[in-house]
Amino acid sequence: MPEFKKTVGALLALAAAGPALAEKTIPTAARIVDPAAGWDHLWRDVLIDITVIGIIFAMITAYLIWKYRRRPGNEQGSAPRLSAAAAIGWVVIPSFVFMADDFYLAANGWQLWNTFREVPADRLEVQLESGMYSWDYTYPNGVQTQNELKVPAGKPVLLRMTSRDTLHNHYIPDFRVKEDSMPGRITYLWFYPQKPGTHVVTCTEYCGVMHSYMAGQVVVLPPAEYQAWYEAEGAKVKKAAAPAETVGKTPA
Amino acid sequence: MNLKEWIFTTDHKRVGILYLIGSIAAFGVAGIMALLMRAELSAIGPTVTADPTTYNVWLYAHGAIMILGFQIPALTGFFANYCIPLMIGAKDVAFPRVNALSVWLFYVGVILALLTFFIPDPPDVLWTGYPPYSTITAGNTALYTFTVLILGFASIIGGVNFLTTVAFMRAPGLTWGKLNIFVWCILGAFVMQLIFVPVLGSAVTLISFDKYLGTHFFDPAMGGDVLTYQNLFWFYSHPAVYVIFLPFIGVVFEIIATFARNPVFNYKAAVYGGIGGIVLISGEVWIHHLYVSGMPDWLRIGQMVSTLLISVPVGLLVISLVGTLYKGAISFETPMLYALGVVFLFLIGGLTGIPLAITALTVNLSETYYVVGHFHYVMAVAGTFAIFGGVYYWFPKMSGRMYNELWGKIGFWVTFVGVNIVFWTMMDIGARIGLPRRYYDYAQFPEAASAQHLMTIGAAILGVGFVIALLNWIIGAAKGPKAGDNPWGSPSLEWSTVSPPPHGNWPSPPSVSEEWSPYAHGRR
Ligand code: HEM
Ligand SMILES: [Cu+2]
Ligand SMILES: [Cu+2]
Repeated sequence: MPEFKKTVGALLALAAAGPALAEKTIPTAARIVDPAAGWDHLWRDVLIDITVIGIIFAMITAYLIWKYRRRPGNEQGSAPRLSAAAAIGWVVIPSFVFMADDFYLAANGWQLWNTFREVPADRLEVQLESGMYSWDYTYPNGVQTQNELKVPAGKPVLLRMTSRDTLHNHYIPDFRVKEDSMPGRITYLWFYPQKPGTHVVTCTEYCGVMHSYMAGQVVVLPPAEYQAWYEAEGAKVKKAAAPAETVGKTPA
Repeated sequence: MNLKEWIFTTDHKRVGILYLIGSIAAFGVAGIMALLMRAELSAIGPTVTADPTTYNVWLYAHGAIMILGFQIPALTGFFANYCIPLMIGAKDVAFPRVNALSVWLFYVGVILALLTFFIPDPPDVLWTGYPPYSTITAGNTALYTFTVLILGFASIIGGVNFLTTVAFMRAPGLTWGKLNIFVWCILGAFVMQLIFVPVLGSAVTLISFDKYLGTHFFDPAMGGDVLTYQNLFWFYSHPAVYVIFLPFIGVVFEIIATFARNPVFNYKAAVYGGIGGIVLISGEVWIHHLYVSGMPDWLRIGQMVSTLLISVPVGLLVISLVGTLYKGAISFETPMLYALGVVFLFLIGGLTGIPLAITALTVNLSETYYVVGHFHYVMAVAGTFAIFGGVYYWFPKMSGRMYNELWGKIGFWVTFVGVNIVFWTMMDIGARIGLPRRYYDYAQFPEAASAQHLMTIGAAILGVGFVIALLNWIIGAAKGPKAGDNPWGSPSLEWSTVSPPPHGNWPSPPSVSEEWSPYAHGRR
């Protein structure tokens, strides 16, 4: 039995190779690239790419269907036999065209992927524990919030995520980013809020009966307002933690 | 014609028709689930049911039954059984009794799947069954496990049978280079089933072990790992989409070659490059289902490239398909409309898959309705259109009678319109506002309401179209006009015997000449 466990353990370790929690960091001095803007840009490029291919293909097909419809005088197909050279050409040339497009897209995708994975050094780091059915955030100074992530405008936010029960996925459509949170592992995502406002957070990994209700929000505040909130809440946490103060009281 | 003869039949054609009846019934049930879901989603808040679990059970039943009970059995059970021995000039399959066993098992699997609607606490784990939820839910995960195992087993023994049949029972003169494209597609599909189904079997078995026997394969608190399941599951279930894709595109090849009266364009490219390429790549891309599941970055990027490269074999197949039209003499009976419909749907589905291959784009698109729209285009609906087109195409062979052409066309157009309303809209709201899939309710996305409403109307239209087709078959089989043996004028071997073919298929086994090919139109 221990043998067996070991084998399974090794397999699991293999699957987990390159732990996702060791996020890459880019130095402070570098200009911060907004992944959401990058997403919109690449999405537009790819849409153009596939629309052009689609229209070309559809037009060729429609033309062939029309041109070679069965009618008096065209009762039998008369496709010529392909010569060996033509047959090979019809494999090699399209394959290279497709591969060229694939590699072009892959290169762009690779670049944006790095943007999504390399977190700026100057950032707000928040721990997230998800559970059925809430998002529980913990700030560096111990402040905890539920289903509401308050962040300052103009500072990248890194979420380090895990789950205490089933799988969940922290998705913020406005920031074009999501990643699973799961028990026994730590994953991360980051986003770059620039203007004050509120944004929906919603769960995109089936986690149980109330999955569709597992929503919250990101509230982006002007930096000064955020700082005031952060310090006031931090002070409350400190007070609650101080032993003399909590005697006889239930902690907030 | 008595019932006992049908149940105990070993005739591949009857086994095939049993597969067809069972899988169409499964399609009906799963289709009703789809309509119920669409009705529930038509407005924010509870509409049809106030219990999210009920919705989740519908969703489970819809996904699992559509894939495991409808598409895979219809394509690799019905079409393979009915057509392959006829196409290769064999009297039957290599192991007719094993074949009968496989269809029995299939029915057991379908009955298990249908038990979902009769037991307390039915499975609510969706067709993917991810732990930890599947190991802690009150729903009956075991039913899911056994349904998958039984249907998988039915498919595996079918696979052994068909590989043997094609290898050893081809008519004299029928070389590998003269096989119908459909036959190659079935071979490719079964090679993948044989390799990958056992992996799925182990995955779903382990979740039931975890849930009922107290093992901890997927429990991190005890040294297990939740992602192992996802890896195992998609290691099968990505290839599964090619197990669906290859046979359905094979059906479309047969239809297009016949109605264009042309040989398949660049046959060898389609077989070796297209089908062979897909079988080779199929096992290297499953991570694209785990792009937002905390997989190592290098793996996510590596599989982005392999996923994009699927465009090469798929592109070769599409070129062969469309190239077959070149200098053809194309006519547009119902099967051909469905086949061209598949080309259109698959074009949209295939191209909208490209953004989903790009890891960085899935960070937004994954798990939204964009994905649901995409895979319905590329697999669910394209596959269903191919199945419907194929049934229409071989209908005169199976029944000896003709369906009604006008109603066939009406059914096609109604479905086609409905499909595009539903699934185009899905992709649109998925990409535009990020509406998540698997949602019973969507109060946080009020802007989705009008699109949801539109899709519910589209689904009703689409449902009417399918019902027209079904009625057309039933009425045609009962009292359609006699069709003749070869109404479409195809040189392929299945049309060389009488309709419907007798037990044993031909009075004496056929043999084929040097010049013959299944696509040598007008050269018989
Ligand atoms: C014919 C009309 C169909 C309609 C109106 C329809 C509708 C839907 C809808 C609305 C969903 C998503 C529900 C949600 O995420 O909450 C869905 C999911 C799904 N459908 Fe269909 N569908 C149809 C046909 C098919 C077919 C033919 C297949 C065959 C493979 C199929 C396979 C699936 C699968 C695998 C899912 C995902 C299930 C999951 O998320 O676990 N559907 N369908
Ligand atoms: Cu959830
Ligand atoms: Cu896949």
